[in-house]
Amino acid sequence: MEAEQTELGFDPFGFQPEFLKYVLPVTAWLYRHYFRVEARGLERVPDQGSVLLVSNHSGQIPIDGLMIGTGLLVDREVPRMARSMVERWVPTIPFVSYVLARCGQVVGTRENCRLLLNRGASVLVFPEGVAGIGKTYDRAYELQPFGLGFMRLALETDTPIVPISVVGTEEQMPAIANSEKLAKLLGSPGFPITPTWPFLGPLGAIPLPVKIHIDVGEPMHFEGSPDDEDRIVDRKVERVRGRIREMIHEGLRRRRGVFF
Amino acid sequence: MSGESSSKILVTGIAGHFGRAVARRLHRHHTILGIDRREVPGLPKDIEVLNLDIRRRGIEDVFRLNSFDAVVHLNIMHDPRARQETHHSFNIAGTQKIFELCARHEVPKIIVLSSADVYGPHPSNNQLLTEDAPLMGGQNFGAIRDLIALDMYCNTFFWRHPEIETVILRPVHIVGRVDNAPSRYLRLERPITILGFDPMVQIVHVEDVVTAIEESLHPGVRGVYNLSGPTPVPLSELLRRLDRRPLRVPEPVARAMLKAGWSLKVTDWPVPEVDHIKYACMVDDSRARRDLGFQHRYGIDAILEEVDAKPLL
Repeated sequence: MEAEQTELGFDPFGFQPEFLKYVLPVTAWLYRHYFRVEARGLERVPDQGSVLLVSNHSGQIPIDGLMIGTGLLVDREVPRMARSMVERWVPTIPFVSYVLARCGQVVGTRENCRLLLNRGASVLVFPEGVAGIGKTYDRAYELQPFGLGFMRLALETDTPIVPISVVGTEEQMPAIANSEKLAKLLGSPGFPITPTWPFLGPLGAIPLPVKIHIDVGEPMHFEGSPDDEDRIVDRKVERVRGRIREMIHEGLRRRRGVFF
Repeated sequence: MSGESSSKILVTGIAGHFGRAVARRLHRHHTILGIDRREVPGLPKDIEVLNLDIRRRGIEDVFRLNSFDAVVHLNIMHDPRARQETHHSFNIAGTQKIFELCARHEVPKIIVLSSADVYGPHPSNNQLLTEDAPLMGGQNFGAIRDLIALDMYCNTFFWRHPEIETVILRPVHIVGRVDNAPSRYLRLERPITILGFDPMVQIVHVEDVVTAIEESLHPGVRGVYNLSGPTPVPLSELLRRLDRRPLRVPEPVARAMLKAGWSLKVTDWPVPEVDHIKYACMVDDSRARRDLGFQHRYGIDAILEEVDAKPLL
């Protein structure tokens, strides 16, 4: 796999392709049997060269990122490793910090993303950020505002953008509220309260076995200066956001139920 | 080395393990004068050494009596047990004195050894920091603030005296036959690691840093350069290759243990250094590789071999 790891098996971000052999069987099982993911258009992600995968974000815990990454590895003829950009809070969590790094996840700074794109990697971003994943269930499938950083990097490095929609994850952990006080106490970006979490303890944090639909759109190419004012870059970002919104609505129309 | 074979070089802090390594290499092509306030063991006979404190008057005569082609300033104290004031006055006042003498006596080149630690380990760090990254090392670790102030002072000197070629080197952890924190850590039979954390680290061999100093002596070289050795590896991988049995403890326990150990003088690890075995602080040294022609010669295993080699003098 193109990971530019060194002779010792690690890339500078701590990604160790060898490590995937412990993780992939578990996530592949989740992909096939627990969430019964139905993915369309995974082959639209180019086999090589830099690409930005842009997806909606939902469901309190980033199952969407995990399933997109797994799908690209197990559900394509040519497996493609996606490096996702994670919240800056992640490196401060014990175990999660290095396990995610060994699986190829990278702290979401602009410089890190630029480095990966220049090395020809496929980078998965969630431009809604915490605002998307931490929504309460009454706002399910409402796309939150997108950050502009990914578009500026795409323009700068001449990288195609592949829009992705994930449907189903909103229902895996429907949140009633988000406790800012508890989040502050734990130093985390959010603390969801669901019907089962935290009342049933750790078991309450297990996501429901919803059926997940992943749709991958045609690559989009943009031109322009990466240093244009926000207004101009935002117009390009809105085209990506609009496309993802359409794909989400299509997905919602097509699905027969939450669990089937 | 290029043609400047008979140049005269002042090395401050020559008594340290690193200072002696620099002297042993440079004396083959240059005339070396060393100063240190400590006794200097085992140096080649043709190296002249003066027993001097750089903050004292006597240092002025050294510059009056000699005309140096370059100054390699290594006289920087890293003693966690020394009082903050001593540390500060020695490192900053001492450096200022040396730099001002260089300006007055028109020394064309100064090379200073700073450290990549000035950037500091942080969870939101870019994976590979470039030379223009902010120096955040002092945010949680007070004892390193004088090193940052020193680095900044050298940077202002760079602009105040454009006629002098100032080179600031920021190497990653120098590991091997030196008595610094990372080498001492790796020498421990049961080093503490933080449960659930395994940051990527960069290490570099002593001799490779000496080579970078040699390369910085070339006329025309100036500026700030990060230096790193072989590609980064996780901390656990270093310990595995050294056959260590790390003591994995939860972070609050590690901090409490170090705090107690520090107070009882059982250990010399300042508590904030825990961040170094928790978060990454790595640099991009492509500038040095491009401008200095720097290339590391020692790989991970070659560096680690030196950790356990013969006892230090």
